[in-house]
Amino acid sequence: MIAVGITVALKEILASFGLSGGLLSVVTYAILASATFGLLSVLALFLVWWERKIAGHMQQRFGPMRNGWHGWYQTLVDGLKLLQKEDVRVATRDKVVFFWAPVMCFIAAFAAYIVIPFGDGLIVADLNIGILYIMAITTFTVISLLMAGWGSNNKYALLGGMRSAAQVVSYEVPMVASILVVVLYAGSLSTVDIVNSQAGNFLNWNIFRVPYGPLAFLTYLVAAIAEANRTPFDLAEAEQELVAGFNIEYSGMKFAMFFLAEFINLFTVSAIAVILFFGGWHGFEFIPSFVWFFLKTFAVVFLLIMIRWTYPRMRVDQLMEFAWKFLVPLTFLNIIIAAIFKHFGWYWEL
Amino acid sequence: MDMFQIVLDELSARPVFWFLSIIMLVSGFMVVTLKNIFHSAIYLILCLFSVAGIFILLEAEFLAAAQVLIYVGAVAILMIFAIMLSTNVSGKKTMTTQNGLPVAIISAVFALGTIALVIMTKLNIVMRGSDGFISKGLWIGEKGQLPTENIMLIGKYLMTEYMLPFEVISVLLLASMIGAIALARNERS
Repeated sequence: MIAVGITVALKEILASFGLSGGLLSVVTYAILASATFGLLSVLALFLVWWERKIAGHMQQRFGPMRNGWHGWYQTLVDGLKLLQKEDVRVATRDKVVFFWAPVMCFIAAFAAYIVIPFGDGLIVADLNIGILYIMAITTFTVISLLMAGWGSNNKYALLGGMRSAAQVVSYEVPMVASILVVVLYAGSLSTVDIVNSQAGNFLNWNIFRVPYGPLAFLTYLVAAIAEANRTPFDLAEAEQELVAGFNIEYSGMKFAMFFLAEFINLFTVSAIAVILFFGGWHGFEFIPSFVWFFLKTFAVVFLLIMIRWTYPRMRVDQLMEFAWKFLVPLTFLNIIIAAIFKHFGWYWEL
Repeated sequence: MDMFQIVLDELSARPVFWFLSIIMLVSGFMVVTLKNIFHSAIYLILCLFSVAGIFILLEAEFLAAAQVLIYVGAVAILMIFAIMLSTNVSGKKTMTTQNGLPVAIISAVFALGTIALVIMTKLNIVMRGSDGFISKGLWIGEKGQLPTENIMLIGKYLMTEYMLPFEVISVLLLASMIGAIALARNERS
């Protein structure tokens, strides 16, 4: 683990207050974790509102309009409502599993942000396994959905949980394979190294630099939508078939935790897309790096929201066929091609 | 506890190590004693995750990520999946049975023996000294002796020196996969 930028700066400030050793590390990371948590909570509130507005405008209506200018604090009001609601608990639930499922979903959604660089040096910790860490920690989302499905003791919830497990296990393969193409050219798994390998001109962004980069981006995007459980791959909560899927028995704050985690996951997959393919925080120097990062990430989020409100849901069998018979061979072929291009040096260096 | 001395000289590492070990042992105990098989699976995930934490403590980040990705992300999820399917079919709660005690004792003794043997013969692993020299040596070393870029080294050695074992494992996995598919097909027809 290499401490960089903001972590080092914060450590120096805290050290000047007389902290040292293990306590210094603990306090530093506690402060950083709280700051990230606060930022992401506000971000999730904004994304919920943004999605509702975009969905509204795509369907020839306004979306939320009542609370504030164009309903800007609608999500805040919704959150307060969810906070006050009765926490309905089914009598036949599996008590422990039912309780921990939303907690785990929430933690898994936030844990990925340890290695996501919001800007030049704005990262909690630059792990040398960076992108692999994100892939590993996000699997806890699936386990939480399985736990929710089981703990609710409801057949719709169980079906939703099982569907999501099958889906995520299948789509993880093409997702990792798409990421590997970028890792091959960056020569590192660290998110900071991957971003830095795309510095300078925008032609150095991996989507342009890597041969068949756009293909890798597309396959990543498809797998990412499936991982984030969004339409056209939202079979885990398919409203028309499963009522609400895995979260059917959840109400109040527990439901809110699932809901917020979903939107944080949406931001996570977009941020990873930006880190891998669009040069992360790099852009014209006169605009701060974190502005670039957020601009690019919101552009990808916008794309994902538009996809969600454009396409209908796939059938379960189509979903599996598409993953194993089309995406997996395609991404493997892409890795082989990328390796051949890399071996012969048929790409431009910085 | 010589081997953990590599990292435990840092003040914060020791409590973390004990914390993870206790979680690992308790959850491991729960896996084998609980009656509810779904709860066992969840505790197994907790156990595997704390093993990954200990790998992090030993500065083997790649191993930790692989542990979570493969054991938690794939194996445990498939296990839960199988549990859910079997409950749905039988219509009653699936419980674990504990009547395989003699077999369990034999396999536990064998597993412990293997681990003890490996530790006693001091398994040769690839290490790089502080001078950047790569050597095969004892796995108990001083701080700074472990390679910092362990991912690159793992990749390099998998593709050169340990190419054959790596490929043999791949072929074995492929064979078992084809076998599983063949079994599933036979059942249906």
